[in-house]
Amino acid sequence: MSVSPNVLGSRSTGDRVRGTAFYIVLLVSVTIGFLLLGVLLVDVVRKGIGYVDFTLLNEPNSSDPQRAGAGPAIRGTIYMMVLLLVMVVPIGVGTALYLEEYANRERWYNRLLEINIQNLAAVPSIVYGILGLAFLVRGIGLGRVLLAGALILTLLVLPTVIVASREAIRAVPDSIRQGAYALGATQWQVVWRQVLPAAIPGIATGSILALARAIGETAPLLLVGALTFVAVNPTILGSFTALPIQIYQWVGRPQEEFRLLAAAGIIVLLAILLTMNAFAIWLRNRYQRRW
Amino acid sequence: MAATDLTAGAQPDTVRLRAEGRRWGELAVKVALGLCALVSVATTIGIIIALVVPSVEFFRQVSILDFFSGDRWAPLFEPPSFGVQPLLVGTLVVTFWACVVALPCGLGAAIYMSEYARPRVRSILKPALETLAGIPTVVFGFFALTFFTPLLQDIGTGVNVFNVLSAGLVVGVMLIPVVASVSEDAMSAVPQDLRDGAYGLGATRLQVSTRIVVPAAISGIIASFVLAISRAVGETMIVLIAAGGIAQITFDPRDQAQTMTAFVGATGIGDVATGSIEYKTIFAVGLTLFVITFVMNMLSIRLVRKFREVYE
Amino acid sequence: MSDMESAPAAPAKIPGMDEKLLEERARETTSTKREVLFDVDTLNVAYGGVPALKDVSLEIYKNYVTAFIGPSGCGKSTFIRCFNRMNDLIPTASVEGTILYHGTDLYGNEVDPVEVRKRIGMVFQKPNPFPKSIYDNVAFGPRVLGWKKDLGDRVERALRHAALWDEVKNRLKASAYSLSGGQQQRLCIARCLAVEPDVLLMDEPASALDPISTTAIEDLMHDLKREYTIVIVTHNMQQAARVADMTAFFSVEVDEERDIRTGILVEYDQTPTIFTNPTDKRTEDYVTGRFG
Repeated sequence: MSVSPNVLGSRSTGDRVRGTAFYIVLLVSVTIGFLLLGVLLVDVVRKGIGYVDFTLLNEPNSSDPQRAGAGPAIRGTIYMMVLLLVMVVPIGVGTALYLEEYANRERWYNRLLEINIQNLAAVPSIVYGILGLAFLVRGIGLGRVLLAGALILTLLVLPTVIVASREAIRAVPDSIRQGAYALGATQWQVVWRQVLPAAIPGIATGSILALARAIGETAPLLLVGALTFVAVNPTILGSFTALPIQIYQWVGRPQEEFRLLAAAGIIVLLAILLTMNAFAIWLRNRYQRRW
Repeated sequence: MAATDLTAGAQPDTVRLRAEGRRWGELAVKVALGLCALVSVATTIGIIIALVVPSVEFFRQVSILDFFSGDRWAPLFEPPSFGVQPLLVGTLVVTFWACVVALPCGLGAAIYMSEYARPRVRSILKPALETLAGIPTVVFGFFALTFFTPLLQDIGTGVNVFNVLSAGLVVGVMLIPVVASVSEDAMSAVPQDLRDGAYGLGATRLQVSTRIVVPAAISGIIASFVLAISRAVGETMIVLIAAGGIAQITFDPRDQAQTMTAFVGATGIGDVATGSIEYKTIFAVGLTLFVITFVMNMLSIRLVRKFREVYE
Repeated sequence: MSDMESAPAAPAKIPGMDEKLLEERARETTSTKREVLFDVDTLNVAYGGVPALKDVSLEIYKNYVTAFIGPSGCGKSTFIRCFNRMNDLIPTASVEGTILYHGTDLYGNEVDPVEVRKRIGMVFQKPNPFPKSIYDNVAFGPRVLGWKKDLGDRVERALRHAALWDEVKNRLKASAYSLSGGQQQRLCIARCLAVEPDVLLMDEPASALDPISTTAIEDLMHDLKREYTIVIVTHNMQQAARVADMTAFFSVEVDEERDIRTGILVEYDQTPTIFTNPTDKRTEDYVTGRFG
């Protein structure tokens, strides 16, 4: 193809057609996901909104769709989240502090530790369920209880909390640490009084997002015994169920009404998730420090 | 208090520069934090033990050859059959259809965000993709079963109520953000000079994107593909809800099939007797699943590190 | 240091140098009796095996202001950080040689760097106040040391000493970031003073500040040296002439083969001597602006 002598001429037709076609292909790629998401949301709301009421939020499950609710499931989810928060934040932040402030990067075991965490983040969630089944439910005989579910979810989202905390800790400028050391503070004093307080907004945001992910996890809970027909309120060492499990159970029923109930449950679940994400974003914008 | 009133000739002892026993506190802190870090190590060790020990017992009763070469999976039948191929094929087919959606759309979205979109549009798109990624899989499963499958049936494809096509395509949609975000990261890392050089020669945006940027970011893009495949293999709820529960070898997307993950999920929820052969199948299949995803994850991590090294 | 035969007859004039100031400085330092606070002997510092500072030996005198000057890369910041063991925080750094402080080697086996830093404070080039209130910034040191009584008094005393009290006394709870650059640096000085150190190390304390703030800091040094010993690193020769009693000139030794640049101490003397009558030609070249 020879170069046209007219430098100011427009591009060849072929180029323009190809360019436009490509642009359209890209736009389609981008919008397919959102389009389906939009359709999904509309569909779910249409199906389920009629069933979002007091019964749904409070009553236990029942074989009569008119009387069935997700009360114990919602409560189970909330209790598990509280337990999860209490367990995952100290361990996750502790690990992050160790890796960022104390560990010598040259040592092989510390590098192995980092690779290990990266790996754990990508393990399929159902494998965590298998872990729970083998060790907690059957192994030490804990049985199919709330605590087992909370423990497994803790391990599942631990890598996420670690990564988010590390970023928050790393963002604290080194000049702050230097200033504190120069005043005669010990390493722990520097970490506890300067680094950690400055990193809290980032840690909090990351933890809430990790929690939001855990709420929607179903597969591990299947194996760890979230039963689908629980009529009593959950206790730490008692049988339990969770909202996503309840949704799953309803979806599996042939009757159309249970499908609608499932949609209603999904609305509640998405509402909780939306609130948590919005809160995390608000936290990030309000307290984020621009170093 | 510091001794500030020293005159020349004072004893050196008046200035104590030794630690006062504070060292034990610091050591205790380091140990405590190290223990936190060990939790993740313990998790990995736990996973390996949990998978390997029962699998070893399983493979004493069922030969590995039979396991991998058998084409009938019926552990609860009399006599039971432990050929894992149906589960492998099920996983393969679902993953295939997921890739059909996720890889092109994810890459296309990434190219759009990286090369075409205005900054304002990108700043909306990125969080929007994160939102898509945050939808629980059980919701996608519901969608696949109650909306997508009937839709496919309505347009006359003749799919089953439970079918791998519906499940696979929805898994693909779920994975678009995964491919898009990792690919986009890789493409952003390509230095602007490369693009400027090409634009300066009169190349079109299409040419720059496909001939300069994508090849330069290729290891990151492949990493995103591998990651998506790994996630597709490990996906449970969507297939459990929408793909069916009959383990059969079929390449017809309109049929139902059972994946490895669906089998583990369906079996684990029930009350199988501990120590029975059915119980052990959970772990044998789980181990197979874990090994496959582990290999792919390691590959993906390597590739990501490669693209980071080149440009950072 | 005695005159050497090879010294030039009339040293070249240094632009901007105030002769009267130097004479005053000369009078001050010769009239008082010198007391050794730090005795540095054959100090060598290397980063990851690459030597950064070679064979430095000198004495720092009590209640003097001592300046380290020299071109960039000559190791003056590395050297000053040896005095409060801040180089310990860099994993690849290795220090050989001794620094005697009140007769004890700072790098001795039994010595705890944390204790060292309580007595030898440091102010950094870029002001680095903590993301806390003005009060909490100054109170951080005493709190960390366990001095909980009379905290308010300590804070006030430190802020007065740093010539900042009047400007902030009504907004102690305000964030430290609401202060100007010069004020932030004085806050950092107050922060150091609150732990009642012996010595203040200052690594180019005014290089990030405007001229007015710089003058304020220099005046402060003049006041502070009555009670403290001050060591400063500066790339501004006029500043050294203005504030320092003793000046050490560092330069760079280049190993062409291995492409390594190592810092060495060239000359150390009273400030007027360094600037008007240096012994070493390299010093003269630097202070007259022929190089560096």
